[in-house]
Amino acid sequence: MIRIFQILLIISLSERLLTPVWADTEFEDLLIRNAPLIQKSSSKTIDPVLNEIQAYGGEDAARFLELWKNKKLFVLEETRELVVASPAGKDQDGKKLLAISGFISRNDLGIVRAKAAKQIKPNSGVRAKIASALAPFQIKSDDPNIRSTALDTIYRRIHPLHLEPLRQAMALENNAVLKERMEKAYVLGIITHGNDISKIVDSIYSLAGDLSLETRAILNPLMKSEIEISKTIPTTGNIARIIAPDISVRPSEARRVNPFTMTGGEAELSLDAAYQLLIDRELIPIPVNNEKRDQVLVAHINSGYIGNFEVSSLDTDAARNQAYDYLAQVNNLPRRIDEEHKKRTISEYVFFAKYDRPQAITDAAHEVLIGIQNKVRFFTLLDLVLDGLSLASIYFLAAIGLAITFGVMRVINMAHGEFIMMGAYTGYVIQLIIPSYTLSIIVALPAAFILTFVAGVLMERLVIRHLYKRPLETLLATFGISIALQQIAKNIFGTQARPLTSPEWLDGAMVINDVLAISNIRIAIFLLSLVFLAVLLYVMTRTRFGLETRAVTQNPKMASSMGINTDKINMLTFGFGSGIAGIAGVAIGLFSKVTSELGSDYIVQSFMTVVVGGVGNIWGTLAGAAMIGSLQKGIEWFNPSNTLAAQTYMIIFIILFIQFRPKGIVALKGRAADD
Amino acid sequence: MTKLIKHTIIVQHLLRHPSILIFLGLLSLFTITIVLLSEGVGVDLVPTSFIKTLGKTLCLCMVAIAMDLVWGFCGILSLGHFAFFALGGYMIGMWLMFARTKIIVLQAAQNAPLPMSLDEVNDAVGTQIFGVVGGADIPVIWTFADIFWVQIGFVFLIPGLLAFIFGWFAFRSRVNGVYLSILTQAMTLALSLYLFQNDSGLRGNNGLSGLQNIPGLDDTPQAIISIWFFIASAVTLGLVYIVAHSIVHSKLGNILTGIRDNEDRVRFLGYNVESYKLFIFVLTACIAALAGALYYPQAGIINPAELAPVASIYLAVWVAIGGRGRLYGAIVGAAFVSLLSSYFTGGHAPDLALGLGTLRWTEWWLVLLGLSFVVVTLYAPKGMSGIVDRFVIKGNK
Repeated sequence: MIRIFQILLIISLSERLLTPVWADTEFEDLLIRNAPLIQKSSSKTIDPVLNEIQAYGGEDAARFLELWKNKKLFVLEETRELVVASPAGKDQDGKKLLAISGFISRNDLGIVRAKAAKQIKPNSGVRAKIASALAPFQIKSDDPNIRSTALDTIYRRIHPLHLEPLRQAMALENNAVLKERMEKAYVLGIITHGNDISKIVDSIYSLAGDLSLETRAILNPLMKSEIEISKTIPTTGNIARIIAPDISVRPSEARRVNPFTMTGGEAELSLDAAYQLLIDRELIPIPVNNEKRDQVLVAHINSGYIGNFEVSSLDTDAARNQAYDYLAQVNNLPRRIDEEHKKRTISEYVFFAKYDRPQAITDAAHEVLIGIQNKVRFFTLLDLVLDGLSLASIYFLAAIGLAITFGVMRVINMAHGEFIMMGAYTGYVIQLIIPSYTLSIIVALPAAFILTFVAGVLMERLVIRHLYKRPLETLLATFGISIALQQIAKNIFGTQARPLTSPEWLDGAMVINDVLAISNIRIAIFLLSLVFLAVLLYVMTRTRFGLETRAVTQNPKMASSMGINTDKINMLTFGFGSGIAGIAGVAIGLFSKVTSELGSDYIVQSFMTVVVGGVGNIWGTLAGAAMIGSLQKGIEWFNPSNTLAAQTYMIIFIILFIQFRPKGIVALKGRAADD
Repeated sequence: MTKLIKHTIIVQHLLRHPSILIFLGLLSLFTITIVLLSEGVGVDLVPTSFIKTLGKTLCLCMVAIAMDLVWGFCGILSLGHFAFFALGGYMIGMWLMFARTKIIVLQAAQNAPLPMSLDEVNDAVGTQIFGVVGGADIPVIWTFADIFWVQIGFVFLIPGLLAFIFGWFAFRSRVNGVYLSILTQAMTLALSLYLFQNDSGLRGNNGLSGLQNIPGLDDTPQAIISIWFFIASAVTLGLVYIVAHSIVHSKLGNILTGIRDNEDRVRFLGYNVESYKLFIFVLTACIAALAGALYYPQAGIINPAELAPVASIYLAVWVAIGGRGRLYGAIVGAAFVSLLSSYFTGGHAPDLALGLGTLRWTEWWLVLLGLSFVVVTLYAPKGMSGIVDRFVIKGNK
């Protein structure tokens, strides 16, 4: 027969309690006892219930928690029966239906109207706690995925009741990765919840050099200290340090005193903060400050006068103080507090920071944290270097086309940025046609090259060719082309940013540890810039075309008399440089938004890259990009919140740099250097 | 007495170059006509907003003269003069904003029981001005913002100093031609990026606003104020023209032209080329700043986007279109292109119905403008004033 386990869930108190209950098992007793708390759960009141269920253990408890968490539990309005329900469509009247089954029997109980059952809905706070209570059951599951989920829950917040199941699961675990995570979770659990100090200290030392976020999240709170105040220097308790109010701590000193929270350069506790602390701790009465002084003054205004002070004369602090002092004397009001008095009061007290945990633990944590911090610093520095490298490769990509048109041909092409933009838009359009992201990028690269190559050749034939003798005017003409192209792009694609989505295999990141992760797209851009460098070097130094280009740029007349078609070479070189800008555009579009202004964001930096590196030399462009990229990241490091400032200082540095090395980092010598 | 007047330099210069008189005559005729037709003073034919546009255009002509001096006559293609222009605007804007906010604060506090102390006034003004960027303290650079004459001094001093430092470095190490252009552009970009920061002390990308309200003149309608600014712009433009003209036609002007045409030869003749370049660079920066200080109270708002590198390139293009190397060319170019731009981008121009679709000027004007730069550079290197040349030469024949 169908055995139906029922529990009573109380909404309106006592009369419901009288409803007959077939309490067959202890577990049901437990549920019935806690019914009101389960039905109207809140994360503040649910802890005792969960503790009881966890302590009960067993399959029923686990199943109950699982169903509860997933909002699968319902109470039948009529019989107060606890059932599991899932949606089952609608009936002919359009009313929602539920398929229900018994909670423990798991037998099908048919279909009821949704209104006949009331869902038990734990909120997200309660669900997190249920998950935590569920973890000890899941950690012993046969399915490694469930064990892994349970570990995630445990790592989020370790509960004392997790420790024993963890210890048991550790012994049984055969998956090496999971086993390691479990052991670490256990160690972290001991540190947080253990009672045996020597065991805790051992556990702390076992974490030495561990960079993971969870380790730091467990160790940092151990060093927590509270500021306390007393009249004499304290002799008991784990005192972190004595705090001298209003005395600034030197940075070198700060590192020794408290390397985790202090940076130095200012006082740990300012005079005002210390005084406020005294007031907050009710060690001294609330003083008469400026605000209160003014209130008193206003209360005593008598037809334009306060005492014999004219109100209109009270427009300085000194005058107001004088008036208040007079009032205080006459009316016996509390005295005003001045800085001198503040200092005197503070000097009567000792301010000190006191650790929450005993000294053995704080000492161990301090030592281990210092080690971790040094390691974190190292990896942060490495991260910075890699960041600089990837920024440098972006600048290199943006500037490399310019290195040919400006660097080799000495043509100022202000529309270079727009060629980058054209490349990016080509990528976008091709993605509209070809849905596969990988394939579309493979198609987009040559397509962008061809498009911008043709555009470059056209521009050279129609405009630039006529201006080789007037370089400054090339700047104006190409600027005209630049704003025209930008506006045309705006007219076609609109002002909003268009997506150029990278293929999935570029989305991830190479995770070294919790401090250092390199996104794949940055690696790809780095590799792409290396490929560009290699191709360019090959073309310029090993091919006939490169040879002729160099000949034409060094001495067009001589090159021409040697049978080189200078016109054709100029045209092709310009097209080549523009085409490369197009490819760079596809790459840049992958990580930044594609707008008509994409190019103008890069144009000034690109010119600077070429100029700083040394005009007319591909190695120079590489050096320029490396310098600008690393410089910008380096400056950002000092003030990470402010990239604008970093760019500003970087440009100022470059302006100064050009003063001292006008020909750039890699300066050409000999005949090639002639302008 | 009359003899004395006849012998002063300016009068002599005027007598020798009647073209100045022609220019000044045209300028005054234009100014008087507009004032008589204006909404505020005259017969209400020209609306206030257009008066402001004309006043602003006169300021742009001023900065174009500066650009022509430094580029057309001395050969330095500076892509930073619009930065000096905006910096001048910022300097006067600081006073306008501070003084006016202070008046408002004091008015609001009139009914408070206690008179405000200096600290309280500063706190209130600071909160009013810097609330948008999450600050309340008045930055150090605003120390003198309350004193009109000091800020007027800063209009010249700060851009002048920046130009001096930059020029001293750049010219000393003989950065020339295209490199100098890129360097000035970098300077402009750095300055604009700096101003974009919220903690730059100049309200980040909010910029300074409400500049059209002149402190203490709350009761005067904008129609009147716009006339005053229009006249002031015209008078200043006249003065700048006289100064520029006398520089161009002096020995100094000859040396500058020499530097433009062949720097090395001038150096070999014993002139200290760097000093001349530095002088003209700083002088034109100051002229640009003065123009900016007159421009932004008419525009009403200034923000860092104003000094984006592209603005300075536009300036160069105006001069190129007008015809560089002659002062009236710069004025014609700036006035023509900027007025035409505001006509087309303002949506005033009727859309053109072509066979396939309508041509919306707001969308296609920039394309046309860009392509016309190309055409002018290619086919009319002397700009619009080249046309005048053709007539003059014909006339001589």
